Amino acid sequence: MSDAPIIRVQDAAQRFGARTIFRDVSFTVDAGEVFVILGGSGCGKSTVMKQLIGLLPPTAGQIEVFGRTITGSGREAALREVQRRMGVMFQSGALFGSMSLLENVMLPLEMFTDLPPDGREAVARVKLGLVGLADSATLMPAEISGGMARRAGIARAMALDPPLLLLDEPSAGLDPITSAGLDRLILDLRHDLGATFVVVTHELASILAIADRCIMLDRNAYPDAGGAIATGDPRVLRDTSTHPIVRAFFRREVPVPAAV
Amino acid sequence: MTANAGFTVEQRDGRAVFVFAGRLEAASIGGQWRPAMRAARHEHGHELAFDLAAVTFCDVAGAAFLASIEAAHGKTAELLGASEQVRGLLDRARITIPAEPKTVAAQRPHPRDVIALALRLMGSSIAFVGEATVALLRLPAHRRMFRLPDLLRTLDQAGVRSMPLVLMLGYLIGLILAFQSAVPMRRFGADIFVANLVAISLLRELGPLLAAVILAGRTGSAFAAEIGTMKVNEEVDALVTMGLDPMTMLVLPRMLAAMLVMPVMALALDVAGMLGMATVMRSFGFPLVTIARQVQNWVSAADLYGGLFKAVCFGITVAAIGCRAGLATGVGPRAVGLSATAAVVGGIVATIVLDGVFALIFYRLKL
Repeated sequence: MSDAPIIRVQDAAQRFGARTIFRDVSFTVDAGEVFVILGGSGCGKSTVMKQLIGLLPPTAGQIEVFGRTITGSGREAALREVQRRMGVMFQSGALFGSMSLLENVMLPLEMFTDLPPDGREAVARVKLGLVGLADSATLMPAEISGGMARRAGIARAMALDPPLLLLDEPSAGLDPITSAGLDRLILDLRHDLGATFVVVTHELASILAIADRCIMLDRNAYPDAGGAIATGDPRVLRDTSTHPIVRAFFRREVPVPAAV
Repeated sequence: MTANAGFTVEQRDGRAVFVFAGRLEAASIGGQWRPAMRAARHEHGHELAFDLAAVTFCDVAGAAFLASIEAAHGKTAELLGASEQVRGLLDRARITIPAEPKTVAAQRPHPRDVIALALRLMGSSIAFVGEATVALLRLPAHRRMFRLPDLLRTLDQAGVRSMPLVLMLGYLIGLILAFQSAVPMRRFGADIFVANLVAISLLRELGPLLAAVILAGRTGSAFAAEIGTMKVNEEVDALVTMGLDPMTMLVLPRMLAAMLVMPVMALALDVAGMLGMATVMRSFGFPLVTIARQVQNWVSAADLYGGLFKAVCFGITVAAIGCRAGLATGVGPRAVGLSATAAVVGGIVATIVLDGVFALIFYRLKL
């Protein structure tokens, strides 16, 4: 594998009507890295995620995934090629309500591989086992808790062993033990598969445990818009950053009220 | 991804060695799966080993493949030439797919359980009727829980808004019935009696029955979907924890509304049907006054009141079945659809069965 970054975001911006959520957001994610997008509510973390997975074209800027430009002309064709190689876990799990957890995980295998039914089931069961849901395979999404739904969402995102996994708040609302287990899983998969992770999360413990690098967004980064206020190793940011919001986030120091 | 997965089975020192090569991933192992499982079962009883030295890549699907071969064979394999990474993945896959399967007792429902389930379902239906009755008796004490706006909204939805449909269907049924019976009766010179036939069958049977079918299709299903969605969203639980009775708040207004609109719907259907009949009779050359006189002479008030009484009973039944289907809604998005279907089917079947019972009672009472 070459050293080219898996994801390259250049000056991305998102505007909804007259409101600019963020602008001039740039970062790269290297192969085998766990990259965390963090920030307060409404700063556009999930919007960046939606841009990366192609659900939302940025209003300005350029995004490359696996070396293909998924913005501008040729976007559709590039997305079709790229989307198969990424697994996405949505905030609520987004499981299909009419299928059991096992069937949810088996669906991508059924669509994109020629595994026989027992093979699909075995693979799907192992994926559910990885997230600790081996015994809940036959349950319906409505019968499980939010945390379980999120873990099942991760299992489904991993169904095809994609080299790039994007997780939107995987550990929100989970107990610390399960959350730590999930962090362990991310690190193990990164180690075993060389998979690349982009994780949107608030959980400080989780960020410090898994992130190689992170980008922190803030809604007041610019006078007129939000944007990135820090990029780098979260442990270094914690210890050395002088930005009040970054310090507030990592060291729980109450920030000076920002002039709005 | 040109390198496909492949495997061969070799015998080395009495061991069955599966020699793998290439990429072990979901995209490449599809064609290998069945032959590998067959080979593994065939080697049952021998010691098992995997030679993974020529494997260039293995992911979780590949590990699941290896673990499944072990499960099909029945023994854990010795790994030859496996990288740290593959060992780690396989260890994780083995947790979910153990080589020595746990014996799981086959789960087949015992006939006793099926009967118990049927009895429980029947019991809950009876309990629903009982709870509705109790809620009705307690209504004077719980007047606040009975919300008039709910009743009026349901009356509007179930009654006023269904009127165009009721009138159109009634007119068409009267028209068709009159036309179909007039043609043969004309041959015997008895075509004037078509007026009696249509009027009596509409008032006694078709009016209430068709109104009930419309109510079940339009309103019973809506009750089930509405209450079912509330159940799925835990709104019903919220009512209960607030000390509010879902029976009084949700079920009684709907049952009362159905009870009130049904006679009106049946009457509208009767009138529209007779207009349809009159249209046909006019085209056969009978003046309106003759048709009206014929109907007046042969139709008694008992026919009308009997029909309206049946309509009230059908209304209560359809509404109760709809509400019960809603309250019995299970979990998940599919459950609401199932409840709506159950409400319509249950409503129509119950109406027709009830109609048969009424036919018997009216006959005995010589009504």
